[in-house]
This record gives sequence, structure tokens and C-alpha cells, in this order.
Amino acid sequence: MALNYDQALEKYEPTLGLEVHVELNTLSKMFCGCATDFGASPNTQTCPVCLGLPGSLPVVNAKAVESSIRIGLALNCSITPFSRFARKNYFYPDMPKNFQTSQYDEPICVNGYLDVTIETEEGPKVYRVDIERVHMEEDTGKSLHVGGATGRIHGAEHSLLDYNRAGIPLVEIVTRIIPGTDKYAPEVARAYVAELRDILRSLGVSDVKMEQGSLRCDANVSISPRNSGVLGTRSETKNVNSLRSVERAVRGEIIRQANRLEAGERIVQETRHFQEESGETRSGRSKETAEDYRYFPEPDLLPIVADPAWVEELRAALPEKPSIRRKKLQEAWGVPDKEMAAMVNAELLDTVEETVALGAEPTKARSWWLGEVSRLANEKSVAPTSLIQPSEIAEIISLIASGELTDKLARQVVEGVINGEGNPRMVIEKRGLKVVSDDSALMAAIEAAIASQPDTAERIRGGNIPAAGALIGAVMKATGGQADAAKVRELLLKHLGQG
Amino acid sequence: MIHQSAAQMSADLAAGSVTAVELANAHFDRIAAVDGDVHAFLHIDREGALAQASAVDASRKAGEKVHPLAGVPLALKDVLTQKGVPTTCGSKMLEGWRPPYDSTVVTNLKKAGVVILGKTNMDEFAMGSSTENSAYGATRNPWDLSRIPGGSGGGSSAALAAFEAPLAIGTDTGGSIRQPAAVTGTVGVKPTYGAVSRYGLVAFSSSLDQAGPCARTVLDTAMLHEVIAGYDPKDSTSINAPVGKMVDAAKKLDIKGMKIGVVKELSGDGYQAGVLTRFNEALEALVSAGAEIVEVSTPSFEYALAAYYLIAPSEASSNLARFDSMRYGIRVGDDGSRSAEEVMNMTREVGFGREVKRRIILGTYALSSGYYDAYYGSAQKVRTLIKRDYEAAFAKVDVLVSPTCPTTAFKIGEKSDDPVAMYLNDVCTIPVNLAGIGSMSLPCGLAPEDGLPVGFQIMSPAMKDELMYQVGGTLEAALESSWSKPLYASAPELAVK
Amino acid sequence: MAAISRDEVAHLARLARIEMTDAELDHLASEMDLILESVSRVQGVAGADIPPTSHAIAMQNVMRPDAVVPSLTPEESLSGAPAREEDRFKVPQILGEE
Ligand SMILES: [Zn+2]
Repeated sequence: MALNYDQALEKYEPTLGLEVHVELNTLSKMFCGCATDFGASPNTQTCPVCLGLPGSLPVVNAKAVESSIRIGLALNCSITPFSRFARKNYFYPDMPKNFQTSQYDEPICVNGYLDVTIETEEGPKVYRVDIERVHMEEDTGKSLHVGGATGRIHGAEHSLLDYNRAGIPLVEIVTRIIPGTDKYAPEVARAYVAELRDILRSLGVSDVKMEQGSLRCDANVSISPRNSGVLGTRSETKNVNSLRSVERAVRGEIIRQANRLEAGERIVQETRHFQEESGETRSGRSKETAEDYRYFPEPDLLPIVADPAWVEELRAALPEKPSIRRKKLQEAWGVPDKEMAAMVNAELLDTVEETVALGAEPTKARSWWLGEVSRLANEKSVAPTSLIQPSEIAEIISLIASGELTDKLARQVVEGVINGEGNPRMVIEKRGLKVVSDDSALMAAIEAAIASQPDTAERIRGGNIPAAGALIGAVMKATGGQADAAKVRELLLKHLGQG
Repeated sequence: MIHQSAAQMSADLAAGSVTAVELANAHFDRIAAVDGDVHAFLHIDREGALAQASAVDASRKAGEKVHPLAGVPLALKDVLTQKGVPTTCGSKMLEGWRPPYDSTVVTNLKKAGVVILGKTNMDEFAMGSSTENSAYGATRNPWDLSRIPGGSGGGSSAALAAFEAPLAIGTDTGGSIRQPAAVTGTVGVKPTYGAVSRYGLVAFSSSLDQAGPCARTVLDTAMLHEVIAGYDPKDSTSINAPVGKMVDAAKKLDIKGMKIGVVKELSGDGYQAGVLTRFNEALEALVSAGAEIVEVSTPSFEYALAAYYLIAPSEASSNLARFDSMRYGIRVGDDGSRSAEEVMNMTREVGFGREVKRRIILGTYALSSGYYDAYYGSAQKVRTLIKRDYEAAFAKVDVLVSPTCPTTAFKIGEKSDDPVAMYLNDVCTIPVNLAGIGSMSLPCGLAPEDGLPVGFQIMSPAMKDELMYQVGGTLEAALESSWSKPLYASAPELAVK
Repeated sequence: MAAISRDEVAHLARLARIEMTDAELDHLASEMDLILESVSRVQGVAGADIPPTSHAIAMQNVMRPDAVVPSLTPEESLSGAPAREEDRFKVPQILGEE
């Protein structure tokens, strides 16, 4: 009998560590002047340096160093007074020099932390994630595997290489083991990556698009029998390209390892690949025959000695921390913790903020984005922000406030905008979704309703106000839902002597 | 006309008594006549050279101001990239590779209007002291065709000695400019590390490699030095400072009051008697010219060779990893069934020669976890000691001197089976590279016992390369007046075909 | 005792991606022994207080501004490729990681 997550957690304790790779959004590459545009045609952004042609030499991109220091500062790291590049030697066809220019024992930032909050059964809980190091390196090229049935490496007949991505600046952020996560390891992992992403976005140093690979997370997971005091063998799961996947990958890996140990098998130290479809991980390269990377100081590059005055200047210019910003927004909007958390989890905080900035009432903005728009986005499996603009939602909210739309009509407007029928005004126009606010037209409908249900009208006259519902319903039906129900109610009651 | 100095050719070109095209053709004729025996060149770029020469002639004719060396021919070591021209580094691995870019040295040469005749032979990836390690056959010493021309830049020096070119570019990682200069009776300079851009120099050992000028006279060498040196933003290790006045220094012919240190450790056992004889005569000439000679001890030099043979192979093992048949160079064994890894393994087996493989394996070992501290780490510390020895010495003297190599040119094949004996050739030149300072080799006569050229080495402090030109120019003038002609003029006539 | 065994040389050759025959491995192992014997002289020469020198000429903070300069054309980039398919380098099947 296979153990499920809860059963696995009863017997084993997980240990979690995370490595995040961030592609910086510099204009040019880490060591050469080639552009870094995403999606350019193959090998159009390559030169002798990033192709590793014989004789070429690297020169460090100053902006990449600055961004790395800012990241370190935002993660409460110390900026090392002396930092160096090193060569990490191993062969791989997508790596033009067959060594990666990286940093080894002298990284640019060390010893930071990041606090993340997750919802637990006992309420919100803060975990401090210690950052071991932040270092600079370069990305590899991309390979396309051709000929096999799956399009994957296995079974491919040959591979095609595009080095446009080779040499794009990467920053690697490595945590220490995150203590005490226990069964919340998956949630902590997700919250950490989410928080980190928000920080990187606020710094403006990266596009942080997990689906495009500009933010990549490797999860190191091991488990050990409860109270055994030993550290288990860890696996490193790669290919995790969404926040949801981070959580699923950690959970999946805990379950897999527990079941292996239950079956009397041992855990192999290896790289595993997350499978988006199944939520499981698949074995990649075994690290049993540990690669010997033969690190040594990069002779073609010189040490970086960050001027303390410059570092302080960068520190002073850091943007507000996302956690502080969230607290301020929450106070300003007066929303409860739970709703705030929902917005953050749905990655709609920025969007709601933008909508509010355009004049919408915070609770309304929140409920439209998390409600109707998210529901439609879910149906289509896309991001809510890809369906409709904050300005359009803000406009719709203001039309409701002024009585020009009812909630029901507004939902139709949203649907129209999403269907590509134009902006809200155009949808209202085309679909004829104007609220019927002409009193005489409404009165005619009200009188017709009274005439058709004289008994009900009589009960209302006698003081049975709740009975009005039936007549209001009839009026709404008669007007095709385009009347403002509150207005109908007001006119009806008045007409029957109860207003 | 090919027997003249580059300075004389420059003057003739300026006076209009010869054209650059005539000069280039005269050298191509010479190459055709003698290079079958010497084998200094791997590739002749007749078309490119003549185009450059015509352009220079046209500029001169139009009265435009051109560089003094515009139109003077040059032989380029095949380790520097030249756009569209084959660059093999003496290796089968790069057979047929035509780089899509110019090295900065070549850019500077082209800018000055220097006419690049072709690419010269070398030990594969500059690893060697005899040019026997070239995948394209050995180069022969014009002084004695049965002997080596030195290495790794044997092709460049042999081309100078055989009057196939008046100027050449070499690269020097542990003596690859100076040792060939010494054994061919020519002049070679390894500038201060960072003085000449390494961009486009196919790396052997990045922290030691340095390109430099080679010629038959000190003045010619100085003129070429000023063309190729200078700050290059494409090389992070390039020195951002103005180039010194090398030509002025070479012409100064005055060393009165200078203190010259003789390195005690670079003499004695293992040094050929005739080498020491000529070296001591040169010291006397320096004294006569007004210099003061003092003996200087540099105790850490004893470990320089060992440190070098760890540092250079370590860096090489990483630098040469890129030759994997994926993006350029030859590819072996790709039959559609083998994996990329298998094809890499097969290509590197076939593409690299024995010495290169030996050094890659040695470097891989020295960097391995568990051995790093004992080998690479210790060697980098020895490097600090050697630097300190130089600093202490230069606190006392202006320049240091020694023989360039312990012996004159040995026979082809004599040491090819004994790597350790071969490595000993570089014992005098290596400390310079480890410390990053500048150094020159110039001829100081023929050894009495074998009649072969002996090299005299002058070492100057970092970023004071003009000092070695000042001393070298003075010594050259003094020796030539005692010989009544330049040494290169006594080279035996080569059979002309 | 030999400083380095044949198996170690074979391991190094694997790390360095060089195929070698048994005869080559044997030959190289004996050569490596000699070379290592002579280069191991560096051990213990410098005390713990001596810093290693990685760059002979000490410099620091050499950087370039973040500016785009023209790349090679794909034609130039691929000019040396042993094999290509349109504008990509064509290489044998890659085993291992995805
Ligand atoms: Zn590039």
C-alpha cells in the first residue's frame, strides 16, 4: 500500500533547501555585448565570446554586478568586500566553453534571509529562510532534440543548438536548509519563491517569468525517519516552472522518497525532473559518480571589490519591500487577512492595486478579479490578467456605482470584453445592455405586473413587504433584466402605498 | 632587399624607392625558395597581403599620412585569429577553421598598414619548446636545418632568420617568444602581461599568455611593439595606460649609471659552456657601456619550473575543453548512431597530439578535488614568492639579465621522448611569465663549440618595458660593432629552390 | 610507489573527454609519474601565510557598461560548424540531462 502525503509525514520528516536561478534583464549579456531579447531567431544574438570561439575573452557587465548586489541587499545579505569569478568545468554541448563562468568560494553576497508567511491550521506563521549565498553566473544555450518520438533527449537522433541564451546573466540564490517546515515544506517552498519573485520584480532586475525560464527553481528535498536525527540523501528537482509546481514538486518528492524507504530501497543522490502533467518527478542524471567540477579562479576576469560607499548608495535606493507594501495596502483597503492572502496567492495583488488606483473601490476590485474574472480565466486555463485590463474592470465598477449597470449586466459586459467585442462601452452599446431607468417605462411594467397578480398586490398593500419579491421578479423578467432591481422595488412599494 | 631591417624597409617605402607590393612579392619569392626546407609557414595569404600592400601604396601615393611600418611584411603566429584566414594553432583539431573575427593584435596591425604574409608554424596550442609538436610537421632552424628553431613560436623566429619576413608576432607563455629568438639569433620580446591584448589569442594558459613582437633587430622589435600594444576593452586583463616609448628607448644607446642584476640562480650546472662564455662577454660589453653589474639572488626561481608545469596545464585543461567538435573544428566519429559525448571523446583523441593530451591530463589532475591544494594551490603560492623575489631584486637594480636558455638549439628528435628534459629548456624564461613582467631575448653571439646563436635575456619590471629596449639597444650596438655586422647577417646561406 | 595509477589516468581521461587506448593509458601513467615527481617540488615551499597569486598584475573591478553591440550574423556564427540545420548547430544526440 502506497503512502499518501499525510501518512508519509507521520513517519518521516522532510528537509528542504532551494536554489533559484534568475535571469537578469540587462540589455546585454553577462560577458559580451550581445542582446538578450527573448524569442529572437536562432543564433542571431551570438558572438565570438558567447559562442566560446577560440581566442575570445569575457568582460563583466557592470549592470549585472549592480543588480546582483541589489538582490543581495534586498535579501538582507552581506556584500563581500572581495568577490571573484571561477570556472566550473564540465562538458555539455549547450555550454560553449565547456566550463561555466560562475562564482565558487568567493560569491558576491552571503548570509542573508527572507521571511515568508504561510497559512497553517493554527493561523498565519512566519518562516525565516536563511540565504547562504547569492552569486553571478551565465546561462547556457538551448538544445532542441530532433527525431525521437517524444521530442525529448531519449530517442532523439540528433540535437540542434541555439546559443542566444548562452551568456545571459544569471544570479543564483541558494538557501540554507530551511528548518522546521515539517508538513508545510511544500507551502513554505512556494511562499519563498513567490516572495522572492515579488522582491525581484520590485527591484526591476528580472522579468521573473517562470514559464519563460527567467526564474527557475531547483528544490532539494530529503526525508529522514522522525526523531532519527539523521539527514537523508537528497534529490534535486529541476524543471519546476510555476509556483504551483514548486509546491507540487516538493510534495511529490516527499511522497516518492517515503515510499522508496518504505519499500526498503535507498534514495539516490540525483537530479530529477518535475513532470507538469503527473506532478511527479522523473530521474535525471545520477550524481553518484560525483562530477568533479575542478573549480579555479577565472584568470580572464579580475576580482570585484565593491566600494562600500556605492553599496550604501544602492541600499538607500532600494524599493519598499513587498511585504511592507502589502501591509500598507491591506491597511488602506481595510481587507481582512484572508482576503489579502487570497489576492497574493492568486497573484492578483498588483492587478487589484492598479484597478484601485484607477478609482475602483478596493472590495469591489478584489471581488471582480478574484470572482468573475478568475472563474472565466480558470475555464480557459489562462491568467486573469490576460483576459481583461484593470482599466476596463475599473470602468465597469464605476458604471455599476453610477447605476448605469447592474451586477448582472456587468457580468455580461465582462464576458463581452473577454470575447473580444471591444471595450466596456462598446459591449454595452452592441449588446444593448443599458439599465432601464426611465420611470414611465418601468411604471408600465409595474402596473402590468400588478394587474397580472392582484392577490399579491393586495397582500403588499396589507403590509406584507416580502411579498414584493414576486412582483419585482415579474418586472425584471418583463424588462429583460435591464432594470435596476432596487429602483423597481422603490417604485413598486411607493405605488402600493408602502414607500 | 629582404635582408634589410624593418626600419630600413620602412625608410625605403617612405622614400618611394620600393613599393609595399614589391616588398611583399620579394618575400613571397623568398618563401617559395626556402620554406620547403624551413617550413616556417602553415598558410600563405597572398591575396590578403597583396590587397593590403596595394592599399598602402595607394595611400602613400596619394600623400596620405601612413604609419612608418605601413607596407612592411609580417609573419603571424598561427595562434592569433585573423578573420577569414585559417587559424590552426598547429593542431589537427582546428584544421580548416577560418575565424569570423580578427584578434586585436591583427586589428592593430591592419590599422597600421602592416602586411600580413601568412600564418607561422608552432607547437600545438603553443605547448612545446621545439615546434616539433605541430600537427603539420616540424619547423627547421635556418642556422642548421637538422636542429629545432625553438618553440612554441619556432615558425615566427625561423621566418625572421631565413629572411622570409622582417617582422613577426609570437606569443609567450613560458618562453615561446624568447627561446625561439635565442636559438635562431633573432630578437623577441614578451611585454608586460596586459600590455598587448589577448583578445583573439587562442588561450593556452590565460594568466601567463602574452603576445609580443619579434624581429631581427631591437629597433624593429620596438617599432612593432608600439603597433600592437595598448589598452583593449575586450581584454579584462589589458592594462589601461599609455604605451611607453619603446622606439625612443631602443634608440637611446645609453645605459650609463644603470644597475644591471645578474640572476645567480640562472647559471651554473646544466648551462652549456659556450652559452656562458657569450653571456659573460655581453656583460663585459654592458660594463664598457657604463652599466654597473651586480649579482642578485632569487631563491624561489628554483621552484618556478614546477609551478609553471602545474599552472599552465591546469589552465590549459580548461581552456582547451571548448574543442569538442560541436561548433567548430573537426568532428570525428559522427555516424548518426553515436552520442555527442562519444563523438567528443573520439574527436579529442584524434584532434589533439600527445603533448597536448599529456598536459590536459596533468592539468585535470592538478585541479581535481583532493589534489587542488597540493598542486594548483601550492603552485599559485610559489608564484607569489617569485613575484616577491623580483620585487626585491628590482628594488636594487634597474633590469635583470640571464642567458635566455641553457643551451643552443638541439637536434630535431633529440628530446621529443623526454618531456621533463624538454621542459628544462624553459628554466630561464618561465619566472618572467609567472611574475607577469617584461623580458627580451637578443643575440649575444655564436657558441664557440657549435657555432649556433646564443640568447641574452633582459628582464624589466612590470610596465617598464622601455628599460629592456634601452639596455637591449645599447648591447646590440656594442656587440655589432665588435662583430662588425649584425649576427643575423652571419647565418649560413640556405639552399634556394 | 607510483604517484598515479593507470585507473586514475583513465578517470582523468574520462573527465577530460579524451578517448584513450590501454597502451596510451599505460604510457601516460608512467610519464605522469615522472612529471608529478618533479612538479611536486612546489608542495610546502610557501607557508600558510603566503597568499596564492592568480593574476600577476593586480587589478580589480574591470567592467563594461551594459550596452548592446552588434552580434555576428548567424552565417558568421555558424561558419565553422561541422554540421548545421538552418540556423542551428547540428550535433549528435545528447545523452543525459534535459
Ligand atoms: Zn555574445
